[in-house]
Amino acid sequence: MNRLTENLSGWGRYPVAQCGLLRPERHKGLGGLSAEGGIARGQGRSYGDAALNQDGAVLLTERLNRLSAFDSERGTVTAESGLTLRELLDVVVPRGWFPLVTPGTGYVSLGGCIAADVHGKNHHHDGAFSRSVLEFELFDADGAVRTCSPDVQSEAFNATMGGMGLTGVIGDVTLQLRPVETAWIQAQHAPARDLEQALTFLQDNEHDARYSVAWIDLQSRGRALGRSVVMTGEHAVRDALPAAHRADPLQLKLRGERNVPLDMPGWLLNPLTIRAFNALYYRLEGRKTSPFIVGYDKFFYPLDALGHWNRLYGKRGFVQYQCVVPLEQAHETLRQLLDALAASGHAAFLGVLKRLGAASAGQLAFSMPGYTLALDLPFGGAATLELLQRFDEIVLAHGGRVYLAKDARLSAESFRQMYPRYDEWLAVKQTLDPQGRFSSSLSRRLGIGEPS
Amino acid sequence: MKGTVLILGASSAIARATAAAFASRGYGLYLAGRDEEELARDAADLAIRHQVPVATGRFDAEAFAQHPAFIEQVVEASGELAGVVVAFGYLGEQSRAVHDWDETLAIIQRNYTGAVSLLNLCANRMEQAGTGFIVGIASVAGDRGRQSNYTYGSAKGAFALYLQGLRNRLAPAGVRVLTVKPGFVDTGMTFGLPGMFLVASPRYVGERIARAVERGRDVLYVPWFWRYIMLIITHIPERIFKRLKL
Ligand SMILES: Cc1cc2nc3c(=O)[nH]c(=O)nc-3n(C[C@H](O)[C@H](O)[C@H](O)COP(=O)(O)OP(=O)(O)OC[C@H]3O[C@@H](n4cnc5c(N)ncnc54)[C@H](O)[C@@H]3O)c2cc1C
Ligand SMILES: NC(=O)c1ccc[n+]([C@@H]2O[C@H](COP(=O)([O-])OP(=O)(O)OC[C@H]3O[C@@H](n4cnc5c(N)ncnc54)[C@H](OP(=O)(O)O)[C@@H]3O)[C@@H](O)[C@H]2O)c1
Repeated sequence: MNRLTENLSGWGRYPVAQCGLLRPERHKGLGGLSAEGGIARGQGRSYGDAALNQDGAVLLTERLNRLSAFDSERGTVTAESGLTLRELLDVVVPRGWFPLVTPGTGYVSLGGCIAADVHGKNHHHDGAFSRSVLEFELFDADGAVRTCSPDVQSEAFNATMGGMGLTGVIGDVTLQLRPVETAWIQAQHAPARDLEQALTFLQDNEHDARYSVAWIDLQSRGRALGRSVVMTGEHAVRDALPAAHRADPLQLKLRGERNVPLDMPGWLLNPLTIRAFNALYYRLEGRKTSPFIVGYDKFFYPLDALGHWNRLYGKRGFVQYQCVVPLEQAHETLRQLLDALAASGHAAFLGVLKRLGAASAGQLAFSMPGYTLALDLPFGGAATLELLQRFDEIVLAHGGRVYLAKDARLSAESFRQMYPRYDEWLAVKQTLDPQGRFSSSLSRRLGIGEPS
Repeated sequence: MKGTVLILGASSAIARATAAAFASRGYGLYLAGRDEEELARDAADLAIRHQVPVATGRFDAEAFAQHPAFIEQVVEASGELAGVVVAFGYLGEQSRAVHDWDETLAIIQRNYTGAVSLLNLCANRMEQAGTGFIVGIASVAGDRGRQSNYTYGSAKGAFALYLQGLRNRLAPAGVRVLTVKPGFVDTGMTFGLPGMFLVASPRYVGERIARAVERGRDVLYVPWFWRYIMLIITHIPERIFKRLKL
């Protein structure tokens, strides 16, 4: 296979690593890392260095995106790991099915969804992506292919769900889907005046729904700290649709995508513009307090309408800090985090708060019962790193953890403390990949694969 | 359904995208190539996405003697063809071809003689039926011989001339022939090669090919600007051109 040497980064465009890219066009090419090792990469939507491998091989799965089976009675689908959720949606929604779990962008591959065991706005009801995975193929370090499911090779199955590509390369994936009557979501917004009320809305039955998320106005301070718009939604039934959509309830006219054509100047997102944006957003979105019907793409993937939006941050890139904190003391922990942010003078552009439910079976999976907070910050060098280090301390002190799919800078030491089941995971890794061939910039930074 | 399009060399990225473009327009497909496992995957995918019938079969462009039986088999499975696309090809290594006759022959057969053998058979049937279309994927490399790839270029150039003649012959019968001349396309053939620029996606190329067939075009440079790039390149006087390092 030809190799292309390129400087590569994740979605946050920090850090950048020189990698040797391999891009198989045929299924068996997914075994292409077995000789020399490296890491798989899907759509590169992880923010940091999970899908990077400085001076090593990165295997792109993007050409392996074929569906091989779709049972429209049972709602099961089998496809290669390079298939994106967006492509999957195009096929299954018109036939009345929807993924059980979807992250906030459709431009992710099935392989990436498994490797990070991604969560959606319904984690507190339906769990993480692993819950929808019936089976997958794993190309291990010897190039052998194992079929893994909750019953067969269950250890490899669990270690791969959330294993950040470090157990092998995922091939075919079989998923269970959810039946839907329409392609529409019945959504509702509720303004929450402060953090406490936002947390309440995210868990009480009156406000909660299958899907819920809170957008936090990170510019609010003092008593309004954590002021939010809580956004909820359910799959709309046909009868709930306006007459115009009822005839063809599974058809959406998908919007064309616009693109950010170039890197924007670094000053574009400054404290002033960010504040103005957030205030406006709170006013406009907080107003939508009666139920409204919205297409699934707008509800789940609002940012996908703007291609390459990461360029808004300019060349310096940005980091997303996402952590989960346990339910007990969640309010206190989150308040400390928001206070630390406010005190630092850093302007975070986007803040999102979600409720998480039961933990997944994967030893390195992110989720645990609690709340997850995600903050997007322009990358400002040492000052940013210091702030995030401060966040780590707060999170650790309260028994939380950082999400590896978003991470670019956690320390190996903090990683070990945050992921107490690491040793269990390592034992499985050593059976699948005794020589440690699968490694990434992230795994080396965090010492994943090394004995504790 | 609009009838079946036979895709020869169906596992190439350009062929896959072209097949998808035809399937999205309601054509059935017959995918042919050497790697049957891959063909089965492509077939399942296209059938699920586009809900059209997709059959597969094995052929080797260099196994001339088997071509008649192969075409019979295709027609038996899928009926008279609405169209055929020759997508197989082989870039090879020019530096090797200079010393290695097997490499030279492989380049010629996989880009030219194999295509002629198969298209002769298809053309006769279509001429008789008085309908159908033929798409041949040649290359801008066939527009002028260059030291870095003239074996490949000469085979593609010969293929383009063949298609031109075929078009002339079949026009009265109402059979259309489209010559496709891609520039650089982002496929396994070119991935990681030095000197790539203005690289087009296979998907774009596939869409353009299906559109050109719909519009009854004769020659398609894809992306379009290659027509002008090649216009300039073919007009450089030979006494200068022969000294260039191309
Ligand atoms: C706008 C946006 C919104 C997001 N929202 C959410 C969200 O709501 N919830 C959430 O959980 N995440 C979210 N994410 C993160 C994203 O879902 C994950 O990072 C996901 O892993 C990205 O998939 P990818 O295909 O781009 O993978 P990549 O970024 O390419 O890779 C991510 C990891 O998966 C591994 N991997 C990829 N393919 C394979 C394979 N075939 N075999 C083995 N390993 C593989 C890589 O090695 C790497 O470790 C969001 C990201 C963005 C950009
Ligand atoms: N990529 C470019 O930049 C570019 C530019 C101009 C023209 N083209 C032309 O476009 C076409 C598609 O190319 P691609 O880039 O998609 O290349 P590719 O991926 O290398 O595909 C080449 C295809 O040819 C098939 N093939 C080779 N020898 C064969 C044989 N003896 N019998 C049957 N099939 C054979 C291969 O199939 P199996 O190996 O599975 O049998 C493969 O599917 C080719 O004709 C190429 O010359 C490409």
